[in-house]
Amino acid sequence: MTLTVTDLAITRGGIPVLEGLNFSLQPGHALILRGPNGIGKTTLLRTLAGLQPALSGTIDGAEDQIAYASHSDGLKPTLTVVENLAFWASVFGTDDIQPALDAFALNELSDRHAGNLSAGQKRRLGLARMLVTGRPIWMLDEPTVSLDKDAVQMFADAVRAHLGQGGSALIATHIDLGLDGEIMDVGSNKAKPKPIDDFDGGFL
Amino acid sequence: MIALLLRDLKLAFRAGGGFGLGLAFFLIVTVLVPFSVGPQSSLLSTIAPGVLWLGALLACLLSLDRLLALDWEDGSLDLVATAPLPLEAVVSIKALAHWLTTGLPLVLAAPFLGVLLNLPVPGFFWLVISLLVGTPAMSVIGTFGAALTVGLKRGGLLLSLLVLPLYVPTLIFGAEVARRGATGMETQTPLLMLAGITAATIALLPFASAAVLRINLR
Amino acid sequence: MSIAAKANTLWEYANPRKFLATSERVLPFFWMTSFVCLVVGLTWGFFFTPDDYKQGSTVKIIYLHVPAALMAINCWLMMLATSLVWLVRRHHVSALAARAAAPIGIVMTLIALVTGAIWGQPMWGTWWAWDPRLTAFLILFLFYLGYVALWEAIEDSDTAADLTSVLCLVGSVFALLSRYAVNFWNQGLHQGASVMRAAAITGADTEEKVSNIYFYPLLLCIIGFVLLFIALVLYRTGTEIRARRIKALLARERLNG
Repeated sequence: MTLTVTDLAITRGGIPVLEGLNFSLQPGHALILRGPNGIGKTTLLRTLAGLQPALSGTIDGAEDQIAYASHSDGLKPTLTVVENLAFWASVFGTDDIQPALDAFALNELSDRHAGNLSAGQKRRLGLARMLVTGRPIWMLDEPTVSLDKDAVQMFADAVRAHLGQGGSALIATHIDLGLDGEIMDVGSNKAKPKPIDDFDGGFL
Repeated sequence: MIALLLRDLKLAFRAGGGFGLGLAFFLIVTVLVPFSVGPQSSLLSTIAPGVLWLGALLACLLSLDRLLALDWEDGSLDLVATAPLPLEAVVSIKALAHWLTTGLPLVLAAPFLGVLLNLPVPGFFWLVISLLVGTPAMSVIGTFGAALTVGLKRGGLLLSLLVLPLYVPTLIFGAEVARRGATGMETQTPLLMLAGITAATIALLPFASAAVLRINLR
Repeated sequence: MSIAAKANTLWEYANPRKFLATSERVLPFFWMTSFVCLVVGLTWGFFFTPDDYKQGSTVKIIYLHVPAALMAINCWLMMLATSLVWLVRRHHVSALAARAAAPIGIVMTLIALVTGAIWGQPMWGTWWAWDPRLTAFLILFLFYLGYVALWEAIEDSDTAADLTSVLCLVGSVFALLSRYAVNFWNQGLHQGASVMRAAAITGADTEEKVSNIYFYPLLLCIIGFVLLFIALVLYRTGTEIRARRIKALLARERLNG
C-alpha cells in the first residue's frame, strides 16, 4: 500500500503551519521526518493518521492502513504488560502478542504492572503495540525518547523487519537510526502567511 | 469492542479504578438526609423516592469526569481513534462500562438505602424499576458531557454545569415513577416517558458524543 | 454555485468586513427605533392604561415581563439557527453571533424571572412557585449558563464554536423535553400565554386574556425589545469580530516573528 500525499497543507489551532507537502511512501521504504521544533511534524503525523482534518490537499492510501504512535503510549498503569498489549491486539483483531513481546524483550516484564515500568520500558511497550496492529504504515513521533542504546537498536531492528515484510514507516526523529531511509526536511514547507486582505475575508 | 468493554471493567475494579466511590457517595448522601430534615419517619418516607433518585443522580455525576479524561491524559483516546472502531461505538461502550460500574450498582444498592429512609413497601419495586430504566440515560448523557469537556484541564465543575440541566427530564420522570409507585398511584405514563428518553438517548446521543470527541481530538 | 450568484446572497454578510460595514450603517436605526418604541410603549403602558380590576397596577409589569420572556426564547432559537449555520457552512460571523447573543439571552431570562417574581408576590402571595412555566425558564437559564461557561472555558476559538454549537443543538432538544416533563410534573398556576390569542386581538376577551387597552402598548414594547435585541446582537457581534481579529493578528505576528 503506497501512501501518497499531494499538495497538503495542515493547520494547528486554526493557524496554517506547513503547506505544499508532496511525497509518497512506497512499501518497504522508510521516510525520516526532520525539521526544527514546533515546525509541525507532530501535526503532520496526526493529520496523516486521520486525527485532524487537513487544510487542503489530498492524502491517498492512509485509510485504515496507519498505526500511529504519539508521544504518549496510551498505557494503563494498573494493567500488566501483557494485558496492555493484549488489549490493543484484540482492538486490531488479533490475539498473537508473542512476536511483539519478543521483539522488544518484554517477556521477563510480562506480569509487571505498566505503572511500575521505567520510562524506557514503557516506551518499548508502546512501540510493541505497533507490531500487534498488523497495519502496513507505521507513523512514529519521536519513538526513541527515553530509550537506551540497546533499546534503540531493538527498535531499529523492528522497523527493519517491518520494512522487510513490505511495510513502510514515517518517523519523526532527530537521531540516526541506521535505517537506509530517505530524509525529508519539512523546514522549507513552512506556511507563508496570506496577504492581509484575504485574511480579513475569512479571518485566516 | 468487547475488548474495550472488558478493559474498562478491569480498570474500574483494579486499585484506584474508582469502583465503589459512587456507591459510597450514594450511601453518605442518603445518611446525611435525615440529619438535615429531621428523623420523623413520615416525612422521610414521603421524600424517600425523590432523595434516592437525586442521590443516585449525583453519584452518577461524580464519576463522569474520569470517564474519558483518563484515556485522554494517557493518550489512549488518540490511539483508539486511529483503531478500526468507529468513535460512535467507542463512546457507546464507554457509556455501557460506566453504567455497569456505576449505574447498575446504584440500582442494586437503592433498596437497602430505601430502608434507611422508610420507603413505603410498594415503593421498593418501583424505585428499582425506575432506576434500572433511568440510569442508562444518565450514563449516556454523562458521556456526552464528558466528551464535551475532555480537553479541559479542570473540566469537572463545568461538566456538572453542562450535564445537570440535561438530566432534568430523566430526573422528573424517574422520580415521578418512584414517587407514584410509593403512594400506590398509576406509574405507566411516566415510566413510558422515562423509557422513551432512555431509548432515544441511547440511540441518538452517541452520534453527538462522537462528534464532539472528534472535535476535541483534533 | 457561480461567483455572480453568490454575490447576491445572504451569505456575503458572512464576510466579517462586510458584516461590520453593514451593521455599522444600520445600527443607529435599530438603536433609535427601539428607543422610541420602548419609551412610547412603556410610558403609554404605565401611565395611560387603567389598572386591572383584579390585578390592580401590578398588571403593568407585563410590559417588561412578556417581551423579555419572548426574547429569552427567541434568543435561544437564534443561537440554534446560527449554530447550525456554523456547523454546516463554517461562517465565523455566525458562530460569533451565537456567542454574542447568549449573554443577552441570560439577561432577558433574568428579567423575565425577576419581573415574574415581583408580580407573583402580590398576586400568588409568593415570590417563587414551582409552576411549569417558571420552572421551564429557570431551566432555560441553566442551559444559557452552561453554554456561556463552555464558550469561556475553551481557548481555541474554532473548537469552542464547534462544541458550543453541538451543545446548543443537543441542549435545545433537552430544553424542549424538560418543558414537557415539567408540564407533566406540575400543572401550575401560571395563566396560559394569552397575548397572541385571536380573541384577545379581536376584543372578544375574557378576563384570562389581555384586552385591547393593554395590547397595543404591549405590542409596541415587544417590537421595542425585538429591535433592541437585534441592535445588541449586531453590536456585540461586531465586538466579538474585532476581538477575534486582534487574536488572529497576534497569532499571525507570532508565527512570523
